[in-house]
Amino acid sequence: MKRREFLKKAGMGLATGLLVSQGWVRAQSQATLRVSLGGGVGEGPRWMRSRLAEFTRRTGIRAEVFEAPTDTDAQLALYQQYWAGRSSDIDVYMVDVIWPGIIAPHALDLKQHFTEAELREFFPRIVQNNTIRGKLTSIPFFTDAGILYYRTDLLQKYGYRNPPRTWAELNQMAQRVMEEERKAGNRDFFGFVFQGKPYEGLTCDALEWIYSFGGGRIVEPDGRISVNNGRAALALNTVRRFVGTIAPQGVTSYAEEEARNVWQQGNALFMRNWPYAYALGQAENSPIRGKFAVTVLPKGAADAPNAATLGGWQLMVSAYSRYPKEAVELVRFLTSAESQKDFALNLSWLPTRPALYNDRDILARTPWFRDLLPVFQNAVSRPSDVAGARYNQVSEAIWTEVHSALTGRKTGEAAVRDLEARLRRILR
Amino acid sequence: MLVQRQVRLAWLLVLPTLLVVVFVAGYPLAQVFYWSFYKADIALVDPPEFVGFENYLFLLRDPDFREALWNTVKFTVFSVSIETVLGLVIALIIHSNFRGRGLVRTAILIPWAIPTVVSAKMWQWMLNDVYGVINVIGVKLGILSQKVAFLARPELMLPAIIAVDVWKTTPFMALLLLAGLQLIPEELYEAASIDGATRWQQFWTITLPLLTPALVVALIFRTLDALRVFDVIYVMTGVNPATRTLAVYNRQNLIDFQDLGYGSAISVAILIVTFAFVILYMRSIGREALR
Repeated sequence: MKRREFLKKAGMGLATGLLVSQGWVRAQSQATLRVSLGGGVGEGPRWMRSRLAEFTRRTGIRAEVFEAPTDTDAQLALYQQYWAGRSSDIDVYMVDVIWPGIIAPHALDLKQHFTEAELREFFPRIVQNNTIRGKLTSIPFFTDAGILYYRTDLLQKYGYRNPPRTWAELNQMAQRVMEEERKAGNRDFFGFVFQGKPYEGLTCDALEWIYSFGGGRIVEPDGRISVNNGRAALALNTVRRFVGTIAPQGVTSYAEEEARNVWQQGNALFMRNWPYAYALGQAENSPIRGKFAVTVLPKGAADAPNAATLGGWQLMVSAYSRYPKEAVELVRFLTSAESQKDFALNLSWLPTRPALYNDRDILARTPWFRDLLPVFQNAVSRPSDVAGARYNQVSEAIWTEVHSALTGRKTGEAAVRDLEARLRRILR
Repeated sequence: MLVQRQVRLAWLLVLPTLLVVVFVAGYPLAQVFYWSFYKADIALVDPPEFVGFENYLFLLRDPDFREALWNTVKFTVFSVSIETVLGLVIALIIHSNFRGRGLVRTAILIPWAIPTVVSAKMWQWMLNDVYGVINVIGVKLGILSQKVAFLARPELMLPAIIAVDVWKTTPFMALLLLAGLQLIPEELYEAASIDGATRWQQFWTITLPLLTPALVVALIFRTLDALRVFDVIYVMTGVNPATRTLAVYNRQNLIDFQDLGYGSAISVAILIVTFAFVILYMRSIGREALR
């Protein structure tokens, strides 16, 4: 760039900046809503901006995006500073499905602003999850659930017609395919990868194992601590035997991405993960593109229920917002069927409205949405509603004890007994 | 009279610094002590409640705190002692005259120049049990009979992290010791050579005694640093109890659990532990050396 050209451009930039900042000052005098969402949702912020522009076009209310840190923990830590200061800077927050108990004191009760009929259009389980002591803290925005990824090409190669229905079946298939594949030369091939690192993800996985063995939900919705039972111990002992056999020894240090790395390089037959890994696995340069499918996670016994831990994100209106009415309208707009369809088509975010799982446009792009509808409908909540503000402590107790069972420091029986004692102390 | 005026002027000149210290160090410290006697969440949703020594009594009985303290001490003792020995060897080598010395001196600082979060993440990938390059090379060369899950097996995690810290911080140690070596007058070695002392004797009777002040400063520096280690551990193994240090446990309580009272009590405990180490150094080697 020549110097004169540069000066011209810089001058124009400065002038534009002055104009824009003036406009900004003026905007402050009328309602400008600020929506916070984590940067960890990929193209999320960009797409959110276009939806907000649409909202402004229709209502005349201005709205802008505030980009929060990627990591769930870091987001919560930041938001808690805003709430501690009763800040009105952000009007609408995108919140994790496990936070309602933590955010409840800072959330506007949306029950007064949404009718029963409106709320019935969402997955009832998520609405229930977001309701703390009768207060509706947030509206379901998009959802997530733990699912089983499996290699269709390999199952076919070894004569299996269906993915495994029980954990025992999964174990058998994994053992056989692993043995054969290793004999055929791939020494790094494993049967099953999941999230075994001691962190929030292990709590999700552990809840699925325990629930799918008929061992309950660790802490029941009525507050009863149920984890100390034989089926829960059996679940942990079963998975303990996976570690170092069908699962790599290192699985007890894997989060989502470590598991996906092994899986996407074609080195695993099965994987437990969230739906996000689907789009990445089907990407153009992916070695397993077109060679896998997803289904519901196996169960422990024929009489036990299937399990998928509920994940996902909600929209909450801050109790400290200066424009609560406008903010509620924005939440209504962003969680509408129209907006959710938009997000589903462009970002593969799973809608929180069951009706959209029959939408022709959505199914044309992601046909598995419909196949997995029962999974999302039956998703199991982590005990965040019971634990409330102490959820992080409860989750830490769960993942710590489960992890010591997986690494063989304790038997499953001892782990569930110690977990019960820890939970008793925390939830006292 | 003159002395008095000078003293007054001295105080006046020091005053701004003292005020800054009071504000940026004294005030937060007093806050930490204050909150450690309360039961409070960090957002102060519920009104704080004075509980006296309850947080400290719980701390004494808390097995997680004990494990974190033990991890911290293990990490500090092993990493600092290995770094000191290696750092000394490297300092001696790059102190001697050889071709390309400038290049080596610069190159050796690279690990230290990389931000810890970046290098810790890199090592985490390299140590992975399935696709980690260390396992791949180890197996190919026959050093490892099979791939090892360095960051998953409880008995290997802390040693692996210590190794990464040694890799990262040895250059810093070498640099500090090199500065100390350069202060030793060359004539002493010449005189010793004339008197017929071997290189080994020269090292023990000239180099080491004269290097002690620099060594003690470097040791205190590194020990205090190691006692509050956070980044390398948080990135590589998160809040895993097998490697969780005091700083990681403290952050978990303050931020994740929002427990201002107990978190503050842990902060005070870290202060006491650090203080104990400083006194230990001062008592044993520091006093004579620094005089």
